[in-house]
Amino acid sequence: MSVLVYTETEDGKFKKAAFEVASYAKEVAGGDEVVAVSFNATDASELGKYGVSKVLNIQNDKLSKFNAEAYADALTQAAKKEGSKIVVVSQSANSKYVAPLLAVHLKAGYASNVMAAPESTDPFTVKRSAFTNKAFNFTKITTDVKIVGLSQNAFGLKENEGEATVEDFSPELKDEDFSVNVESVDKAKDKVTIADAEVVVSGGRGLKGPENWGMIEEMADILGAATACSKPVSDMGWRPHSEHVGQTGKPVASNLYIAVGISGAIQHLAGINAAKTKVVINNDPEAPFFKAADYGVVGDAFEIVPKLNEKLKEFKAKNA
Amino acid sequence: MKILVCISHVPDTTSKINFTDGDSKFDTNGVNFVINPNDEFGLTRAMWFKEKQGASVDVVNVGGAETEPTLRKALAIGADNAIRVNTPATDGFQVAKQLAKVAKDGGYDLIIAGRESIDYNGGMVPGMLAGILDANFINTCISLEVEGDKATAIREIDGGKETLTASLPLVIGGQKGLVEESDLKIPNMRGIMQARKKPLNVVEPDEAATHTEAVKFEKPAPKGDVKLVDPENLDELIDLLHNEAKAI
Ligand SMILES: Cc1cc2nc3c(=O)[nH]c(=O)nc-3n(C[C@H](O)[C@H](O)[C@H](O)COP(=O)(O)OP(=O)(O)OC[C@H]3O[C@@H](n4cnc5c(N)ncnc54)[C@H](O)[C@@H]3O)c2cc1C
Ligand SMILES: Nc1ncnc2c1ncn2[C@@H]1O[C@H](COP(=O)(O)O)[C@@H](O)[C@H]1O
Repeated sequence: MSVLVYTETEDGKFKKAAFEVASYAKEVAGGDEVVAVSFNATDASELGKYGVSKVLNIQNDKLSKFNAEAYADALTQAAKKEGSKIVVVSQSANSKYVAPLLAVHLKAGYASNVMAAPESTDPFTVKRSAFTNKAFNFTKITTDVKIVGLSQNAFGLKENEGEATVEDFSPELKDEDFSVNVESVDKAKDKVTIADAEVVVSGGRGLKGPENWGMIEEMADILGAATACSKPVSDMGWRPHSEHVGQTGKPVASNLYIAVGISGAIQHLAGINAAKTKVVINNDPEAPFFKAADYGVVGDAFEIVPKLNEKLKEFKAKNA
Repeated sequence: MKILVCISHVPDTTSKINFTDGDSKFDTNGVNFVINPNDEFGLTRAMWFKEKQGASVDVVNVGGAETEPTLRKALAIGADNAIRVNTPATDGFQVAKQLAKVAKDGGYDLIIAGRESIDYNGGMVPGMLAGILDANFINTCISLEVEGDKATAIREIDGGKETLTASLPLVIGGQKGLVEESDLKIPNMRGIMQARKKPLNVVEPDEAATHTEAVKFEKPAPKGDVKLVDPENLDELIDLLHNEAKAI
């Protein structure tokens, strides 16, 4: 038996989520082997550090852009070749796209939004978040092959001593695998995405207008954070739609979420409840966000944020 | 064009989430059920196709009789026919299997589902449905155009978006952006009257296996009170974030 992981890359480099799914797989595998599948990775052996002993590295120009059906086909062939009974994927937009297709191909049960190592492996029961993070649901996967969709930052990274052997793998791809055609990709380069970020700095309507986002971006810069916003802010076009977080926007599962001038409406909180530590800066002590936050500062964001940025810079300089 | 919109019947977002029967069942007491918000965007987009390009729009739900008011609401918004597959929804795969049967029998060109239901947040039904049907699939759609048998969609990805094309039949997982929020259709009186006369067909389920089982639920541990930091003493905040929360 082996545990298979889909290790995502971007421009040939592994994403943090790849190391996290590998760490998780190592824990689930016990003494068994962890096999990774990577697409056009430049240095696939890096995965050894996180418990992978073998990498099936696919080098194929046709797969340079993510394509759900083609990737699902390749992963299916890898799982069959390796006789894998457990497949672990992240919950990035791409993994969430590919996992249900993979589940059908492998006749596998799939649990999404998994928050921790399995409660038990026989029966195979995992804890997942449900009701937009307002509850947890323990789900038993009853099929022979099982797919775990691991929420970002839920398990963390665990380093291991070990080496990964890298094998070339050339799945047989069919024309139909490319019947959904990716025409163009429009993606900000060199910007931390909300899904990958350890820290997310988010602004709401309390910031009054798009011209005031400089201090938010500055804080994000200092902390290596992604920027985000509440829904009205993206609705009004102050910030791009891709930054909107909440129940109808992107989910946040970062270690730290800093909300500036956001009231903390239930639909906003629904998307950020999974963030581990929450900080709110708001001039209204009655704002509902204070009930959801770990730390709060009551006061005017236009005074507090610039001061905080200076102090964060000093802190970073000392702790670099 | 024949469009099928998959409607999931979910507690509205402000609902209190509680469990009964030894934390094994969702407590529906006092809960107001609505059309899943992601499906609302899809349904309104389907109505746009109907009005602008000529299309028929059916809606479907897999669930017990208690979901019928939600289907009636979809009819009041303007769908032509509703179908209810008479079996409780137990897991994503079982629902996808039932939907696949409806989709095959109806010969639909376009199947619009939501990127996820806001109750179990599975995010699996649309992809599994496409997989079972062997139809093209585009997830997290924020824009969809159809010209003849060719669809162009924009998909939200982490940190940006992607433009994709595919031929019909196509299944999408849709969300906000498919239509503007201000354009979301709300049932009016005329729609509600007409909906009473529109067909709501109850079909019996196919045999379908489940792949997963919800064993029990748990609520997160109550959170401690927020620690307030004096705006004049922001060093304390940094200290707490560094030493206590280990977040920076
Ligand atoms: C079906 C549905 C889905 C929704 N989905 C989402 C979602 O996904 N994401 C989302 O965010 N919202 C969502 N909403 C909207 C949500 O209900 C709120 O309206 C929204 O989150 C409010 O955004 P806000 O906090 O930026 O603005 P407001 O509620 O206007 O809050 C602004 C806050 O800024 C504070 N403030 C003002 N001036 C200052 C200052 N100088 N310094 C510090 N603080 C200041 C105010 O005290 C206030 O608390 C949804 C709503 C519905 C009905
Ligand atoms: N019981 C159901 N009946 C009809 N459609 C459903 C049902 N459950 C889920 N769907 C569809 O699948 C989408 C994603 O649901 P889920 O995979 O449960 O998160 C929903 O937005 C609906 O469009």
